[in-house]
Amino acid sequence: MRVGLFVTCVNDALYPRTGIAVVKLLERLGVEVGFPAGQTCCGQPQFNTGYRRETEPLVRRFDREFAPYDYVVTPSGSCAAMVRDNYPRIGRKAAAEHRGHELADAAARSVPKTYELTEFLVDVLGVVDVGAYFPHTVTYHPSCHGLRMLGLGDRPLRLLDAVRGLELRELAGAEECCGFGGTFAVKNADVSAAMGEDKVRNAVSTGADVLCGADNSCLMHIGGILRRQDAPLRALHLAEILASTEEEPHV
Amino acid sequence: MSGTYLGMPSFPEAAREAVHNETLRENLRHATHTIRDKRAKAVAELADWAQLREAGRQIKDRTLRHLDEYLVQLEKSVTAAGGTVHWAADADEANRIVAGLVKATGEREVVKVKSMATQEIGLNEALEAEGITAYETDLAELIVQLGEDRPSHILVPAIHRNRGEIREIFARTMSEWGRPAPEGLTDSPAELAEAARLHLREKFLRAKVGISGANFMVAETGTLVVVESEGNGRMCLTLPETLISVVGIEKTVPTWQDLEVFLQTLPRSSTAERMNPYTSTWTGTTEADGPRDFHLVLLDNGRTATLADEVGRQALRCIRCSACLNVCPVYERAGGHAYGSVYPGPIGAILSPQLRGTESEIDASLPYASSLCGACYDVCPVAIDIPEVLVHLRERVAGQGGKGHRLEKAAIKAAGWVLNHPAALAAGEKAASKTRGLHPRRLPGAAAWTDSRDLPEVPPEPFRDWWKKNRT
Ligand code: SF4
Repeated sequence: MRVGLFVTCVNDALYPRTGIAVVKLLERLGVEVGFPAGQTCCGQPQFNTGYRRETEPLVRRFDREFAPYDYVVTPSGSCAAMVRDNYPRIGRKAAAEHRGHELADAAARSVPKTYELTEFLVDVLGVVDVGAYFPHTVTYHPSCHGLRMLGLGDRPLRLLDAVRGLELRELAGAEECCGFGGTFAVKNADVSAAMGEDKVRNAVSTGADVLCGADNSCLMHIGGILRRQDAPLRALHLAEILASTEEEPHV
Repeated sequence: MSGTYLGMPSFPEAAREAVHNETLRENLRHATHTIRDKRAKAVAELADWAQLREAGRQIKDRTLRHLDEYLVQLEKSVTAAGGTVHWAADADEANRIVAGLVKATGEREVVKVKSMATQEIGLNEALEAEGITAYETDLAELIVQLGEDRPSHILVPAIHRNRGEIREIFARTMSEWGRPAPEGLTDSPAELAEAARLHLREKFLRAKVGISGANFMVAETGTLVVVESEGNGRMCLTLPETLISVVGIEKTVPTWQDLEVFLQTLPRSSTAERMNPYTSTWTGTTEADGPRDFHLVLLDNGRTATLADEVGRQALRCIRCSACLNVCPVYERAGGHAYGSVYPGPIGAILSPQLRGTESEIDASLPYASSLCGACYDVCPVAIDIPEVLVHLRERVAGQGGKGHRLEKAAIKAAGWVLNHPAALAAGEKAASKTRGLHPRRLPGAAAWTDSRDLPEVPPEPFRDWWKKNRT
């Protein structure tokens, strides 16, 4: 089984530790991981802002770069959802605009092999206990795209539950959007911040030391508010918790 | 669409005030969370909810595909039952027709049961200009009317008001409109309801003309259907001599059997009730019972144009249950007024720009008034993929250029070039890492982002450099 890591542009530039964690975690589980260097961005920011045509080269690029792999795994629910939900739309629209079926074919090849990390662990590898050790209290924020577009369900919680030393705390209003929403955070800054502040209030009231999630863009937004408020917990990607072991603990 | 709300500032501007109004936010939070939780329970009672939702979606889609035929059938049925059908292409035409009909009766007053369509066209204002007073009889509509306010929710137009505010409005203004509020009125819900009942009773007993909307129109029999909770609708529909119903053309369903689906999904989605307290149906006129004169004004006002858009047309499936408002985190913080239309919340964000076009500042900003979290799509009883339509409309707005979008387009194009040249992307990331000591946590000026959030630190090296060093 050859797995291509789609690290995503946000992780590549701002959260490399998440990518490193995914590599170490998958290798620990016996998976051969590759990283096609020609990968860039899934196109979600452009698509969601109304620039569909501008995402077309990225659909082609994604298909080409990951062609040699059986699976594409990404530590981002929203980027996985972009590929699975929106690539077919982009392909269909290009065809409807009489520009041929090449994009639709590229989407058709990408969709079935693209997995969000927790999905891949639970559904493909069939593991729940990944042998992690993380002695902290943790609360989990399920990002909207993972929750609703991918339907991740309780997979992330099951994985966290099996981590040794970890105490899970329930987050009130967990299913509510944190207010990031890509360019929404900029275009509607007041509403976005109000949503984020409510999310942070709920997170702080759990008394956990770590707020974890499976999408660094949401965590960037929530983490930015946490730091601004000097809140007593930090935001951390789930992959980094799952990668942490007694021999090589997360620091 | 009516000009009532045009000239509104863009959504972010309109929302800013609401976000910082603590009372308003608390009122909205409390109300939406209460209804949202009740709705979830009511829906969970039905084992076949998913099938009902799918059936509703299909009935509406099929009807919309053949709307021309069903409308002709409806007109025939209504006429055969003794009613008169009028076709209105836009708000002005609809208002002209209704004002003309009222004037022909010689009356100067009408009673109204809450109707989104008449609010959409600004009928009350148009009647007022003709010297005709329209009395709203729905409790929440009454509060809005007496308070010289605007509705901020589809189902609970006065959702932004608390009991204390309502008591104050009643005590201050009821006397200007008719029977004054009782002396020493308190803010207990029972007393407030009784004050409204007494005030309205006078109107019902005097009125010769009633104006309504309809939730559904059944093509096969020409029957109109209104569902409501207070009984005021039934009064408006049965007591006056003349009844004028103004209804959007998309409210058509082919048969009575189709109602079966919606009379289950609508109450559970909107008020979390298993069945509506009052479901009234009326078909033309009947000898010695109910109105002697019945007029149906079929309203287009942008609907045909919406129907022509393959992605956007699904907005016309909406049965106005307001479930999407009650789960929307943006609506909860921004309030209904920020949407600049009688259709607020997620459905408003896709319906208004389609009915009115995307030229005005408010309409161009509405497709962006969402974080695309998808909660609205999840609860919608006719499965309108609101996020899909939002993105589709963003494409239209971005394409038309205009304020802000020219710069944005240039930025997206530049980013697009970088993203298609991974070497340039890698070089940029490396440069950012090298100069990371210089990156500020707060950006001065334009970046509203950093008003309330810190930017993340740039890491010492991007992932792709780590990979190159450690795995190749
Ligand atoms: S869009 Fe759906 S959820 Fe919203 S009001 Fe209409 S029917 Fe209800």
